[in-house]
Amino acid sequence: MHQLRIVLALVLLTTFLVAPAWAEERLRLATTTSTENSGLLAALLPPFEKAQNCKVDVIAVGTGKAIKLGEAGDVDVVMVHDKANEEKFVAEGFGVERKDLMYNDFVLLGPSSDPAGVLGSADIAEALKKIAASGTPFVSRGDLSGTHSKEKELWQAAGVAPAGAWYLEAGLGMGEVITMAGERQGYTLSDRGTWIAFAAKNDLRIVAEGDKRLFNPYGLIVVNPARHPHVKVKLAEAFVAFLLSEEGRKLISGFTVNGQQLFFTY
Amino acid sequence: MYFLGDSLGTALTLLISLDGEVLRTVWTSLFVSFAAILAAMVVAVPLGGVIALREFPGKRLTLTLLNTLMAMPTVVVGLLIYGLLSRQGPFGEHGLLFTPAAMMLGQIVLAVPIVAHYTVAAVAGADPRILPTALTLGAGPLRAMLQIFVEVRFGLVAAVVAGFGRIIAEVGVAMMLGGNIRGYTRTMTTAIALETSKGEFAFALALGLVLMTVALLVNLFLNLLQQR
Repeated sequence: MHQLRIVLALVLLTTFLVAPAWAEERLRLATTTSTENSGLLAALLPPFEKAQNCKVDVIAVGTGKAIKLGEAGDVDVVMVHDKANEEKFVAEGFGVERKDLMYNDFVLLGPSSDPAGVLGSADIAEALKKIAASGTPFVSRGDLSGTHSKEKELWQAAGVAPAGAWYLEAGLGMGEVITMAGERQGYTLSDRGTWIAFAAKNDLRIVAEGDKRLFNPYGLIVVNPARHPHVKVKLAEAFVAFLLSEEGRKLISGFTVNGQQLFFTY
Repeated sequence: MYFLGDSLGTALTLLISLDGEVLRTVWTSLFVSFAAILAAMVVAVPLGGVIALREFPGKRLTLTLLNTLMAMPTVVVGLLIYGLLSRQGPFGEHGLLFTPAAMMLGQIVLAVPIVAHYTVAAVAGADPRILPTALTLGAGPLRAMLQIFVEVRFGLVAAVVAGFGRIIAEVGVAMMLGGNIRGYTRTMTTAIALETSKGEFAFALALGLVLMTVALLVNLFLNLLQQR
């Protein structure tokens, strides 16, 4: 029985060692890979954590999954970019209120050789039509993320139902999809932030930008405590207030990668 | 591949400079997997002992089941426990999803079949005279089983090493149940997945080398234990 007692003691000891770390107040934020992978959150969170003496746990997933995490009550705050689904989330009572946080835009990326001849298109729907007609590979996120949502909306505007060997549904994050598009010498839709962070890592280029339909707004929603009573409302609201404050807005607009501003505040 | 050379250099720098974030990740990996393997041992070693020593109906079926569970994909284990721990699941009120405790739970489920399987093999291979001898010498059934465990301790260490190898190297459970939260549930494997998704291949591979180094140290340590 001696050995058993040692094992039990060890288990108890490890529990005690970790208990203090678990006691700290933690705010759970579900957000998109674009805000986490770009490094924005690493610049935004520490000042808030210091002021509130808390920890913000970032779960970085696609917008679709982030919203699902909010619906299930597994997170306190959702920071995503899919306005239509965000408004649905609030309308169905899962979120308290959607706040405009920041924005940037989407860009169409493609190989320098531009086999579909879309370079410089001002009309994104026309550009997509040409890509579909040329049969050049197009890599889709295919993961119900905000970017995927936007892409489907744009295909609809182009009047094309994308399918076939040229249309690759990756089911991966933005960065992985850019890498894949580079390897396959195909086109893809990306948010500008992730593109700037990845531009140096492959030989794609922006082939179309500036269409009004490429606007990419990010929203911030506190999960509804009426639905999920365990949500840390006070801390969550303090977080929202911090991000929308003068200080938060300065941190967002002051954040740069390779000398370029990634996100813009209202 | 241009990044192979880079990553070797990066790995060395990370190891030598004891980079804070990397250390934290290594610590999370080790801590979670050690706690999980300890708990798995407490369950699996007696379980394996009983299965090996007792004759009961359905013994073969139990063994087959155990072997099948060893092949269970980590993401399936992750998914099942996710369903249990999510706020909408039966144990949702404890808020365990995306914590180290959730990762431990998943890793325990992964490790128990392996440790139990190897324990069964070790105990079945022990000298068959130990049990009757111990019993005639007046030991209770518990004491007798403990005596067998002492005899086959090398086999048991091998069982634990195999289980530990599986859980420290897995990514499915750690990612789904831990959520890859920086400084909290980010393990070496989820960090590698993240860095790969960010296109930081050299850094990801460097972390892989760090993981291998840590695994080597753990195994050297266990080897030392065995020799004593």
